[in-house]
Amino acid sequence: MLAAPPWEDPDLFAQQIVSGIASGSLFAILALAIVMIYRSTDVLNFGQGEMALFAAFMSWTFLTRMDFWPAFFLAILVAAVMGAALERFVLRPVSEAPVLNSIVVTLGLFVVFNGLSLWIWGSQPKGYGPFSVFKGDATCVSDVCIGRLNIGILVVTLIIMVLLYLLFQHTRLGLALRATAQNRTASRLVGIPVGNMLSIGWGLAAAVGAVAGVMATQNLSLTTGTMFAVLLFAFAAAVLGGLDSPVGAVVGGLSIGVIKNLAGTYVPPEVGSVDLLVAFLVIVLVLMVRPTGLFGRRAVRRV
Amino acid sequence: MLSLRNVHAAYGSVLALRGISLEAPEGNIVSVLGANGAGKSSTLRAISGLLRPSQGTIEFEGKSINRTSPEKIVQMGISHVPEGRQIFTELTVMENLRLGAYTRRDGDAIKSDIDRVFSYFPVLGERAKQQAALLSGGEQQMLAIGRALMAKPRLLLLDEPSLGLAPMLVREIFGIIKTISEEQGLTILLVEQDASLALSIANHGYLLETGTVVLDDTAEQLRGNESVRRSYLGY
Repeated sequence: MLAAPPWEDPDLFAQQIVSGIASGSLFAILALAIVMIYRSTDVLNFGQGEMALFAAFMSWTFLTRMDFWPAFFLAILVAAVMGAALERFVLRPVSEAPVLNSIVVTLGLFVVFNGLSLWIWGSQPKGYGPFSVFKGDATCVSDVCIGRLNIGILVVTLIIMVLLYLLFQHTRLGLALRATAQNRTASRLVGIPVGNMLSIGWGLAAAVGAVAGVMATQNLSLTTGTMFAVLLFAFAAAVLGGLDSPVGAVVGGLSIGVIKNLAGTYVPPEVGSVDLLVAFLVIVLVLMVRPTGLFGRRAVRRV
Repeated sequence: MLSLRNVHAAYGSVLALRGISLEAPEGNIVSVLGANGAGKSSTLRAISGLLRPSQGTIEFEGKSINRTSPEKIVQMGISHVPEGRQIFTELTVMENLRLGAYTRRDGDAIKSDIDRVFSYFPVLGERAKQQAALLSGGEQQMLAIGRALMAKPRLLLLDEPSLGLAPMLVREIFGIIKTISEEQGLTILLVEQDASLALSIANHGYLLETGTVVLDDTAEQLRGNESVRRSYLGY
């Protein structure tokens, strides 16, 4: 059966937009992580989603010893250290090699982190259940409702964006990170320890990704397959926004969330699982008109 | 202040420097002349740590800096204005200057040094909030020099400041370089294609050919030297 069109059921339409923005926020956070790494090291990290998954599993394990928020922050901290270590010991050795090598390495990260998660935590789905802080009644305005988890995701996304903005635009470290992303030789000449900046960049991205991982697995159950779809949409979001633009990652993520939800609602169900298809169709169309993505400056190359 | 002895360096298997020896005494402007590929830029890159010498010694204020990283070398007091300027085009003029002072922690002095750069190059002050990509070629060169000065160097390495600029602008920039050197007692190692321009402000000059020094004399003597005149001054 076809859903009633927006002019007949505006509440349904509004509801899909609100839910779309919430799920889009997750894509936006993970896309931010991908963009941060791409900007600073020209590497597409296909392992970002599985690194986030690993962090989510860690926070789930920490829950046996502590409350939700301490577990959340501890998982993020561990993820950050792991991200920095990956840059230093895995990515840096291949940084002088052709781009294809680093792509193979990040594909390897995908497999390794997925495998590690399966090995440590098994294939049985896990859930935060009673430990999640995002439970309770949904908040409704007329017939449009938004659940606690979605409010939580939106707030967390907003906080992350504000923190990243402050870091990059208003601190010495942020300025050095931006300089390193732009011109490494010049950065070395003004005295920036470029290697450390790359590690910090990866650590930051891993931390941001970890937030997406923990938030994404609050309602979806936590299994080793959970993050793959999120990663796909996050990549799509990053490409749509322009791979080198943090603003683009956020706008792209939110757009894809909304488009995906609307497509899932209004495209006849007989067509099958269509949300993925429509989302990617939109991306292809946008890239045909603007090859650099909505906000990107460099053309999407080397992909 | 700076001395190179028998410095060799290579890019992979391509030898760029084959035994360079030169001295830059404190407070002097020393010019390095030579044709394309003679090793001028490589000499500067070896000094600032971007190119690691395979042989020979580089000493700055009595300390060997052969194996020192570029980050440490800036901190020791050597600033390098590289070939092609290499400013941060996506950042503002002000951010570029603040990055120049990255190794310093003296906030107030940094502010007054930014003002000093603006007094040498007023146009940078007018465009402080603009993206560096929007500057003209000459302004970008000024920014590159200003950024290098922000590290409070005692030795400034300048690579082809005249490259791609109109002659009038070049004379203006060279005038300012000379002023800065005199006012701050700054030692300058100047790499320049335009030999007559370089020798007009330098005290001393070295002539490089295929990675070695073939001639070294006072700027005055070099200007009078017959072969230098024919090959590099063009009259």
